[in-house]
Amino acid sequence: MATIPASAPVSSRRPSRTARQAVRIAILVAMLAVVLYPLVWMLGSAFKSKAEIVNNLSVLPREWTPGNFREGWSSLDVSFGRFFINSAVIAGLTVLANAASCLVTAYAFARLRFPLRKFWFAIMIGTLLLPGDVLIIPQYILFKWLGWIDTPLLPLIVPKLLATEAFFVFLMVQFMRGIPRELDEAARIDGCGPYAVFRYVLAPLSVPAIVTTAIFSFIWTWNDFFTQLVYLNDLQKYTVPIGLRLFMDSTGQTSLGPMFAMSVLSLLPIFLFFVAFQRLLVEGINTSGLKG
Amino acid sequence: MTATSTETVRGQQVRVPTARRGPGRGPRREGVAGYVFLSPWLLGLMGITAIPMLLSLYLSFTNYDTLSSFSDAQWIGLDNYRKLFTNDPHYLHAVRVTVVFALVTVPLKLTAALAVALLLNRTWRGVGIFRGLFYLPSLLGGSVALALVWFAMFSRDGAFNTLLSVFGVTGRSWVNDPDSALGTLVILGVWQFGAPMVIFLAGLKQIPSELYEAAAVDGAGKVSSFRNVTLPMLSPVLFFNLVMETIRAFQGFTSAYVISNGTGGPVDSTMLYTLYLYIKGFTDFEMGYASAMAWVFLVAIGLITAVFFTTGRFWVHYSDGDDR
Repeated sequence: MATIPASAPVSSRRPSRTARQAVRIAILVAMLAVVLYPLVWMLGSAFKSKAEIVNNLSVLPREWTPGNFREGWSSLDVSFGRFFINSAVIAGLTVLANAASCLVTAYAFARLRFPLRKFWFAIMIGTLLLPGDVLIIPQYILFKWLGWIDTPLLPLIVPKLLATEAFFVFLMVQFMRGIPRELDEAARIDGCGPYAVFRYVLAPLSVPAIVTTAIFSFIWTWNDFFTQLVYLNDLQKYTVPIGLRLFMDSTGQTSLGPMFAMSVLSLLPIFLFFVAFQRLLVEGINTSGLKG
Repeated sequence: MTATSTETVRGQQVRVPTARRGPGRGPRREGVAGYVFLSPWLLGLMGITAIPMLLSLYLSFTNYDTLSSFSDAQWIGLDNYRKLFTNDPHYLHAVRVTVVFALVTVPLKLTAALAVALLLNRTWRGVGIFRGLFYLPSLLGGSVALALVWFAMFSRDGAFNTLLSVFGVTGRSWVNDPDSALGTLVILGVWQFGAPMVIFLAGLKQIPSELYEAAAVDGAGKVSSFRNVTLPMLSPVLFFNLVMETIRAFQGFTSAYVISNGTGGPVDSTMLYTLYLYIKGFTDFEMGYASAMAWVFLVAIGLITAVFFTTGRFWVHYSDGDDR
């Protein structure tokens, strides 16, 4: 407001502009309150005592108690920690498998000339649109035939080792196209073949795309329900999403608190990733989404 | 270009005196390397995608069930397909539920995404925090945890009824009422508008401000410049979001499974296509029948995508002509 004398025409528009900005922010805050309400409600209910869940209608508990966490962690036949370890193992292996296999595939598509390259690339884009849920029946039959059903790690990890997540291949191809070709050519002049160019130029420069792939792989695997529901049949091998559902079978007010507590815990890793890598996640959505 | 390439040639001649390796072998060697790098993906394409698909195409013409062996599968021709369309009211109902779900969810979700993106399309301090928080549900929403929260929130003693009671309305159990159960799934879907919003935002950022200035010079108001500048310039992004969100809506499974406790109930009201497919394949073990369902689904998704791409030609504008 102190700068008003400097330029009269601007200052005459100024109040309306700040007013409009205030209205804009007010609308956004109101919408954000609606959007975040379910999350806050879940968090509040997780810390409410049994009596409060029934009686206290406000979002936050009067008294924050950790009892639901203790009960949820150990009320099922298997400790919830077991589910967390299983989920972490599957998510960790998926991250490694996806990052490695999609990186080599993307390098072939982005940099190497080989017969039928355009054809295979078109097929890869086609598989992007292929609804994955449809494939689950024939894949199950195939894995059953291979005898992999009793070792659930195989059907859950082997497809990722074979770069079947076309989304990440595409994301990495897009990223590699942005790396200047002069760098490869310089390496070639120095005597590097296609393998050395990958090893010393493209792979090290693709680290941002690898990180994005790793984070999304982790989040999607951590949240995945359909494939894990199909392949995990032994309580000892259950993951967090499958374990969470057990609270549904024992519905009734009493198990609501532990259910909320374990739900909060299950979302915590994703939330931490979100806090740490927010910018990267948002940009990852963009590179993959736009420049097609 | 020419300068570099002669330099390259000269460089190679200096470095590699045995010129035999030169021109003939280079591309060939690269071709071999290409297939070496591509081999995991090719193996996956064949083993994880193509062969299972063909296998399920075959099985869709048989009465194969998981409990028996392959050799017991009998060829029954088009019986599975005939049953789908003429003799399985549950199936036709599931198709209807899925279409309604997609038709309601996708427009609402994209409208919310575009509206919030327009509000966030200014640079001011704190805009990043808003963008991030609106995006958060897209990361969490597909989880079982959120589906459980939704179930609790829309049950009789849930938060939604608490909210209604403030206005003096007595609610019911929305998830157990066949008239409203699907509605709770729609709300859960729309709630995750953050991902398309982020894509809209990136598209908005790429619209050159000169276009708005030119429109203002021509006397265009807010509404007119939105209709004549923003919407056409944003149409490729809108198209992308429309295709992706429609396909996603058709594949909704987790929330429907959790909210209905794996049954698609109450009274089949949340029986989305993939949920029925799961029940047929993995609860009833009718794998042949489920394979036929999967193939109909695949063809339907293909047709819908084709329709989008054909009609898109009439309303999607690509500003750089050589792009297509």
